[in-house]
Amino acid sequence: MRETAYWTWFIIAGIVLFCLVGLHMMIMHLDGLLGIFNPAGTVSLAWKNVLFRNKSLFFTITYIIMLAAALYHGFYGFRTILFELGLRKATQRFITVFFWIVGIGLFVFGAYAALAAKAMKI
Amino acid sequence: MEKDTPPKCNIIFYIRRFDPEHDEAPWVQQFTVQVERGMTILDGLHQIKETQDSSLAWRFSCRMGVCGSCAMLINGKPTLACNTQILEVTNQTITLAPLPNFAIIKDLVPDLEPLFEKHRYIHPYIKRKDLEEMANPTGEYFQTPQELEKYLQFTYCIKCGACIAACPTMATDRDYLGPTALAQAYRYNTDSRDDGFKARKDMVDVSHGVFNCHYAGECSRVCPKGVDPARAIQLMKRNLVLDYLKLKRHKKPAHALKSSERVEQKPKVSAPPFTVKS
Repeated sequence: MRETAYWTWFIIAGIVLFCLVGLHMMIMHLDGLLGIFNPAGTVSLAWKNVLFRNKSLFFTITYIIMLAAALYHGFYGFRTILFELGLRKATQRFITVFFWIVGIGLFVFGAYAALAAKAMKI
Repeated sequence: MEKDTPPKCNIIFYIRRFDPEHDEAPWVQQFTVQVERGMTILDGLHQIKETQDSSLAWRFSCRMGVCGSCAMLINGKPTLACNTQILEVTNQTITLAPLPNFAIIKDLVPDLEPLFEKHRYIHPYIKRKDLEEMANPTGEYFQTPQELEKYLQFTYCIKCGACIAACPTMATDRDYLGPTALAQAYRYNTDSRDDGFKARKDMVDVSHGVFNCHYAGECSRVCPKGVDPARAIQLMKRNLVLDYLKLKRHKKPAHALKSSERVEQKPKVSAPPFTVKS
């Protein structure tokens, strides 16, 4: 992938994160005011509230999108910092491939956790 | 500052010296210069060389802010020595050093070769497919004043290296193309006569290219000619992203204008003759 493609997706991931972190703040910290997504009272981390969100298809999709955006945004930023150390081209290529493998691995693991929570029979 | 200063006064110059043949590291030498109104840093350096130390080295040519040879670090800011009045920047001491982010040839003389290498790398000239017309022109390429306005400010770049000296990305990444080359890439990409966007895309869309800019904006702040390289870099990022998303409109490059085609003759104003004979 060319740098323009990497950077474009980095910005898109940033915008997605901005929206989803805003949603997170509303649910976790402003629920006393807004009263949404927490049907069992205003304690966001109460078991019933957590269970409700885990069982919701909307939240499963949201968790997976947020995971992908956070991993991509974070690894791209880390890669940029490493590249500024004046690395050789071969090392840069190794870092890019390594981050793709680690990122995809973490994404699969995290997405499995979100899907397993959705499928949990409680 | 100039109003509070008497017509003549002594200013102390602290100049960073370095001769790679004799010195292991740069060192600072102090000179006292009698300064009067109107004297530039360049005049002060000439006075030092003529009356105090003939071994002092710096680079200069035009003395009027056009050639870009005399750029140096003046009181911590990279700018032109010929364009800086001493009494406008100080009434006591002045510190001079070679441009940062370049190797030092001697004293205040930086090695600008990397600047020119990167400048050459982005093909800073009109690139077109009609090679026959380029080799044997039959006219001049048509361009409206509005099309000229889009890139005009970037043509004022004199390649002095002040922007590179101020760039924090350049300080950590010597492979970074830098504001001079990137601004010129944008200048030619934006020129309506040019057709080299795709070729230059491959040059700037690399790991040490346009996306390495952190947008500190220092290049634009220090440019002695008022060019805004940071803006050029951000606009080029936008163009590359639009191109990647297939949203960029690629216009055909301007065609060669034969004789008086589409030219409106204003009464009593005679146009200059064509530079290319058809």
